[in-house]
Amino acid sequence: MSDITLIRAESVTTEPRLVRGVVIATVLALIAVLLFAPLIAVFAEALRQGWAASLEAFASADAQSAIRLTLIVAAIAVPLNAVFGIAAAWAITKFDFRGKAFLITLIDLPFSVSPVVAGLALVLLFGVNSSLGAWLVANDLKIVFAFPGIVLATMFVTFPFVARELIPVMIEQGRAEEEVALTLGASGWRVFFTVTLPNIRWALLYGVLLCNARAMGEFGAVAVISGKIRGETTTMPIMIEMFYNEYLSVAAFSLAALLALLALVTLTLKSALEWRHADLLAATRRH
Amino acid sequence: MHIEIDELAKEFGTERALHPVSLAIPSGALIALLGPSGSGKTTLLRVLGGLEFPTSGRVLFDGQDATGLSVQERRAGFVFQHYALFKHMTVFENVAYGLRARKRRERPTEAEIGRRVNRLLDLIQLPDIGARYPNQLSGGQRQRVALARALAIEPRMLLLDEPFGALDAKVRKELRQGLREIHDRTGLTTVFVTHDQAEAMEIADLVVVMSMGRIEQVGKPAEIRAKPASDFVRKFTEA
Repeated sequence: MSDITLIRAESVTTEPRLVRGVVIATVLALIAVLLFAPLIAVFAEALRQGWAASLEAFASADAQSAIRLTLIVAAIAVPLNAVFGIAAAWAITKFDFRGKAFLITLIDLPFSVSPVVAGLALVLLFGVNSSLGAWLVANDLKIVFAFPGIVLATMFVTFPFVARELIPVMIEQGRAEEEVALTLGASGWRVFFTVTLPNIRWALLYGVLLCNARAMGEFGAVAVISGKIRGETTTMPIMIEMFYNEYLSVAAFSLAALLALLALVTLTLKSALEWRHADLLAATRRH
Repeated sequence: MHIEIDELAKEFGTERALHPVSLAIPSGALIALLGPSGSGKTTLLRVLGGLEFPTSGRVLFDGQDATGLSVQERRAGFVFQHYALFKHMTVFENVAYGLRARKRRERPTEAEIGRRVNRLLDLIQLPDIGARYPNQLSGGQRQRVALARALAIEPRMLLLDEPFGALDAKVRKELRQGLREIHDRTGLTTVFVTHDQAEAMEIADLVVVMSMGRIEQVGKPAEIRAKPASDFVRKFTEA
């Protein structure tokens, strides 16, 4: 036993070289296999018959209406969820009230409920078999198998993203800056726009981008509530599945590549903003 | 401005932060609310500033009932314990905040705002830091910027919550005198909260000793030293 010598690492949090190497290699391998390879495969498959064939896929009326629908749904669902997310995070972090813990759990509900279940629930609630649904049909308001249903399903699934990003940031910031602004004579709205919003803007941006990526990619809930009416209620993910099932693999993968590209653009946008405002970011960190 | 506190009480749920307390603060005085944590001193300060509303009792400013006045209407220059400077704004914008928040009719012109902010930065003896961000300042500088920001609104009174609490001993001593000087120059009725008896005794005209939500004694520092009203006051003010 006495001949064992312990080699002290330079820092207590540093592991031996071998351990570090194994951990880093494992993570890189996982990222390569799980994240990178599938992405490459999608693009490779889309371009298998060349650019022309790939671009031709976008020319079809079905593909174009799917792209349009997806963008419009995201353009409605994301801003609404940003507003609701801010309101929810504000209520939770700035006020004390009964049932707060319950509200936090509720916000997380869409994360734990399967999107398909969410879609079914919406069909049950707004479908012709419910009294609300019957009333809606009688008044010529279509929700199920129509555009409003798709927006509702998307909002349900993406609700937690903004609130989840904001709550920890707002808790950490506390209320002092807002209270100071009030004592300086600012109105509630002014405090929100000049103090609260600037303080949470990065978290908000991140939440919105995540929400947007998820909104464009949502499949399960939309698949159930949209009824998959070709050219009418088919969003990009659903159109991709239809193309794929019809053995139109170039069309399916081209649309898939576009969807992946939209997500990548959002992430690049976020990184670019962070990089460009690095000075300000550093300056506004908590002192 | 003369401040009168009349049988003021504050409860948080079942917790009694302030038993009914009464206190008269003469116009232009520098007052210390002295006590251990949980004595109700910060609650009293926040009620004066309009950040909390009392459960019962009244606050009078120059004889006028101010109990129901909103925090904005009170025009109290408030300095928070950790200063709460706006991190995303420069020092200049921090100090200008209260002027820009005014209604359009009462808002000074851009040139006038610039003049006033620079005058305040001179007053706190930091004339060249307008372009910096709060995290580029030392603790003592932040405290003085917070003071300048509070003074910018031409407040009717100055309220400070543990203004020196987060500073090291040397800076603390310098800034104590700094506060006294600024008080003497502006003539504002000033109330500051502290748990440090030396600080209270050194710069305050009048010391209010508090404990468990009650006022134990009010008097000039020398009087409190010479004739403590209770065992608590004697023990707490022993140097």
